[in-house]
Amino acid sequence: MKSYPKILSKNFEVPHAQHIGVYLSGGGYEAARKVYTSWKPEQLIEEVKKSNLRGLGGAGFSTGMKWAFIPKDSTRPHYVVVNADEGEPGTFKDRYILCKDPHALVEGILIACFAVGSHKAFVYIRGEYVEPIRIFREAVREAHEKGFLGKNVFGTGYEVEIVIHQGAGAYICGEETALLESLEGKKGFPRLKPPFPAVKGVFGCPTVINNVETLACLPPIVNLGAEWFAKLGCEKNGGTRLYSVSGHVNRPGLYELPLGTPLREIIEEHAGGVWKGRQLKAVIPGGISASILRSDEVDIKMDFNSLARVGSMLGSAGVVVMDETTCMVTTLLVAARFFAHESCGQCSPCREGTGWVLKMIERIYEGHGRSQDLDNLLDIGKNMMGNTICAFGDAAPTPVISYITKFRAEFEYHVRHGKCDLEDRSQKSE
Amino acid sequence: MQAKFQMSSELKTELDKIVSQYETKQAALLPVLNLAQEKYGSISPEIESWVADYLQLPLMKVREVVSFYTLFHAEQKGKHHFQMCRNMSCMLRGCEEMIEYLKERLKLEDGQTSQDRCFSLSTVECLAACEMAPMMQLNDRYVGPLTKESIDQILKEIEINN
Ligand SMILES: Cc1cc2nc3c(=O)[nH]c(=O)nc-3n(C[C@H](O)[C@H](O)[C@H](O)COP(=O)(O)O)c2cc1C
Ligand code: FES
Repeated sequence: MKSYPKILSKNFEVPHAQHIGVYLSGGGYEAARKVYTSWKPEQLIEEVKKSNLRGLGGAGFSTGMKWAFIPKDSTRPHYVVVNADEGEPGTFKDRYILCKDPHALVEGILIACFAVGSHKAFVYIRGEYVEPIRIFREAVREAHEKGFLGKNVFGTGYEVEIVIHQGAGAYICGEETALLESLEGKKGFPRLKPPFPAVKGVFGCPTVINNVETLACLPPIVNLGAEWFAKLGCEKNGGTRLYSVSGHVNRPGLYELPLGTPLREIIEEHAGGVWKGRQLKAVIPGGISASILRSDEVDIKMDFNSLARVGSMLGSAGVVVMDETTCMVTTLLVAARFFAHESCGQCSPCREGTGWVLKMIERIYEGHGRSQDLDNLLDIGKNMMGNTICAFGDAAPTPVISYITKFRAEFEYHVRHGKCDLEDRSQKSE
Repeated sequence: MQAKFQMSSELKTELDKIVSQYETKQAALLPVLNLAQEKYGSISPEIESWVADYLQLPLMKVREVVSFYTLFHAEQKGKHHFQMCRNMSCMLRGCEEMIEYLKERLKLEDGQTSQDRCFSLSTVECLAACEMAPMMQLNDRYVGPLTKESIDQILKEIEINN
């Protein structure tokens, strides 16, 4: 098996790496100290731009560019908000960072605060993460005790406080503006953009929102340099990523590999291949919101640009593998149920659309599909896209359109015969 | 008439500390509700009113938030709350069968709590632990991969400890 450097996961196997002593003995907090005591914010922003670090929460936006949008002349406080809502089905990477290397996140937050002139960071962690919250809270306490947080960071007189904010179960609060609403104590309705959070974010102030994994990349970038980081990945996609691999593989788990690693290699080598000696049928490459790939489409590099070129997305790098026995109507039912359940209800096309889609797929699943259902589903899906305030309205119809388009014959069989062609096939072969 | 709900003074001190971390009182709403629910087991109408007064918010704003977020509930859950993930990776690895089995063992349907308040069963969306599919959250703890045997084992332990 090919092996690659471990950057983000280097402490995952280290015993007690959650404790600051262990983290410090591995060179921890040196990057933050260096930045606070000898760098200028502009220099840091340039370095991060050069590193080709892109937002690992899903959208893949250049982190350095995002920071540069924070107005230089504003007199209002600036905030850093950390997205640890981790709600995209198929994704579980941020949980590993929070639990196994929480100080990497604290250090990343310190670096981000310095870049954008912020003295306070809110860390929004999904409500179910009781254990990760406990571990991260302890890491914050330890960093405080050492004087890495508080009123006098590294003795520079610069103040940084971290506030941990526990969510309460709503996928939409992973969307950055819904997250800000939720942080302000409201229901999670996404905001219209512009104004972008960099100008008007939490409490109406300039705000940078970054994902946990994105921030954990910052200490190594500072320590080893932007060029080194950029070279780890591929063109325009710097660094490594934590790929969450689940579903029908022999070794489900989290794998740190460079951006641009071929999807086939991830499945066959790192995750041990499709289980039970079966054939591959399909893969979701970047969380449930990403277009599905058929087995003949997996010879693709896992980076933001390559996946966008084939009409899918790298997203959160949640790789969900399906073997030949998987019924696509059932998988679409699961996806549709999720999106109908999680639509926040603010925009009509999404609120109504996700409900109609679920009803029709339930009907097909139960064997009462009608001949016009598939085209109607595609129509409803297309009418949701681009017609809502946030990207949930683009995500929800993506499984509908991609599963039906790529596995049309299977859906038609279901509609015509009221059951799965896989069932029929397996009965014939018995 | 029911006596007006009183928050324990210990908790009140903790809540004051939380509120002081935020720029506005309203921003503390989720953490305040989370703590109240942890302490009292549910968000009753009395708690809603108390929180509204405490954070100087219209009651409607509090109610709106309580009903928007799935983790807040008005009714008390069982001492052992089984939350079974039903999303994609767990489905691919057989969660349906596990959910059916647990329903049978607990004699509960999705969303129900046993009369003695010992057990609750819910199905939930992805808990971000798909590598341990099929999995569940049992109170605060993530458990997986589940098999019928591991479910039997968990129920046996609960029985012994009761
Ligand atoms: C419906 C929806 C859900 C999202 N959920 C998450 C999430 O759980 N975690 C996350 O980091 N980003 C999530 N995002 C992306 C965020 O909006 C945002 O792009 C990200 O937090 C920015 O950080 P980054 O640039 O470091 O990736 C979601 C976006 C949408 C539209
Ligand atoms: S699908 Fe069950 S934990 Fe992600």
